[in-house]
Amino acid sequence: MTIGVLAIQGDYEAHKVRLEQLGANVTLVRKPEQLDAIDGIVIPGGESSTFLNFLAEHGFLEKLRDFVRTKPTFGTCAGAILLANQVENPPQQSLNAMDISIRRNAYGRQIDSSIREVRTKLGDKPLEMVFIRAPKIVRTGKGVEVLAKSGGDPVLVRQGKTMAATFHPELSEDTRVHQEFLKMVKNGHRSK
Amino acid sequence: MSKSRGKKEVMSAGRSPKSISNGHSATAGTNGGGTLLSTGLRLKTGLAEMLKGGVIMDVTDARQAEIAEKAGAAAVMALERVPAQIRAQGGVARMASPKKIREIMDTVSIPVMAKCRIGHFAEAQILQALGVDYIDESEVLTPADEAHHVDKHAFKTPFVCGARNLGEALRRIAEGAAMIRTKGEAGTGDVVHAVKHMRQIVREMNMLKVLSEQELYAQAKELGAPVELVRLVAKTGKLPVPNFSAGGIATPADAALVRQLGAEAVFVGSGIFMADGLNFCEPAEAEKRAKAIVRACTHFDDPKVLLEVSEDLVGAMKGLAVAAMAEGDLLQTRGW
Repeated sequence: MTIGVLAIQGDYEAHKVRLEQLGANVTLVRKPEQLDAIDGIVIPGGESSTFLNFLAEHGFLEKLRDFVRTKPTFGTCAGAILLANQVENPPQQSLNAMDISIRRNAYGRQIDSSIREVRTKLGDKPLEMVFIRAPKIVRTGKGVEVLAKSGGDPVLVRQGKTMAATFHPELSEDTRVHQEFLKMVKNGHRSK
Repeated sequence: MSKSRGKKEVMSAGRSPKSISNGHSATAGTNGGGTLLSTGLRLKTGLAEMLKGGVIMDVTDARQAEIAEKAGAAAVMALERVPAQIRAQGGVARMASPKKIREIMDTVSIPVMAKCRIGHFAEAQILQALGVDYIDESEVLTPADEAHHVDKHAFKTPFVCGARNLGEALRRIAEGAAMIRTKGEAGTGDVVHAVKHMRQIVREMNMLKVLSEQELYAQAKELGAPVELVRLVAKTGKLPVPNFSAGGIATPADAALVRQLGAEAVFVGSGIFMADGLNFCEPAEAEKRAKAIVRACTHFDDPKVLLEVSEDLVGAMKGLAVAAMAEGDLLQTRGW
């Protein structure tokens, strides 16, 4: 089982370290043809506008769109923005993989970044969540399962093979979110 | 170990940096500090984590900021004048006008950084109140204090600081810097000192790894850095905060070079928008250069892509060879 981490820009190394810690075989994905050799993909935090700039070339966007439709995918922060089917502030292209609307930089600038302890459906213990210039999920469609909410907003959601977090589990010690994703990859579909 | 410190300014031995708490042992993120860092510093380094693999571009107005964002910049540095202009025009270089910075913040969706003078905590307070995402306490501006850098722990906004060697990097981290960049020699388009400083820092970190616990105390004194931070680097072989490169990077090949030497991201100043020390290049030209450097930063270890992006360029800024400059013209010796 090989997990790809989209490594155009952002905190892809942090995801790689975490996934390897959990026993996964990890490839950094920088070119579209690399998608053929992986079983699931993580789209990390970073700048979604930078990601889109690269995806616009060599048919990368189309190929990644096809991939996330059939294989397990996990997006954090900028990754979640790419997975949403609607993006605001500003409106931009996406992979159109989840029935959610997301607003970029919705909690403010860096000075408004925060670390919170939040209850989730991944066990009893609250999960530490690191929010960095986070986007806000402003709408979830019917098929979307909300795994955690903070301040009334969904912050961890799942639809079929796709999971998205507006925070950065790769920057905390708690490994539950990545474990959940690896379970999804193992099962080839949602785990529960 | 080189005695590269310019001034005798020894940290009191008992002082433990406020950034380190000893509650945790596991490591998260990819830099040495991980969850050893306090909550505040974790949030600050968190944004630097998001910038990794990217290019941070100097811009002097909203139009340039737009070009940078469109070309794939991970962030922009809002400036009154780019370093090459500061060098050519002289005078006192200060924080950019807040109005100009705000205009840039309103134009792009990516993070916006701005520079304050070394030690000028009032400029930093203004930049924090303005809401910039990162403050660069920069040697490119004229220093405001000859002995003290800004106490960066006192701010919620994260700081990046320049360094030429490990001791300088660790002193800045002790003061609360959440990102280190090499100083290089800004505004020259000559990469030689960005390379020199990156090699120096990496070499000094590697040397720490082979020292015994007892030897670290003397080494901390030699470096002029707190022993807690020296111990952390000795253990992990990395700085506890992200380590980026700056100062003279002008071409895609330059970006690839410093990335391969260990830089986790790249600052490009004058190299994108300047034709020479005084004149901007054509916007279309700037856009091409910006895009090529962004690609080189991501595909830094793939010569085929590097060739492809280099082939599209007609030229780079004229530049200024650092070896031919007078000692007094160097910006990198500001700060200590």
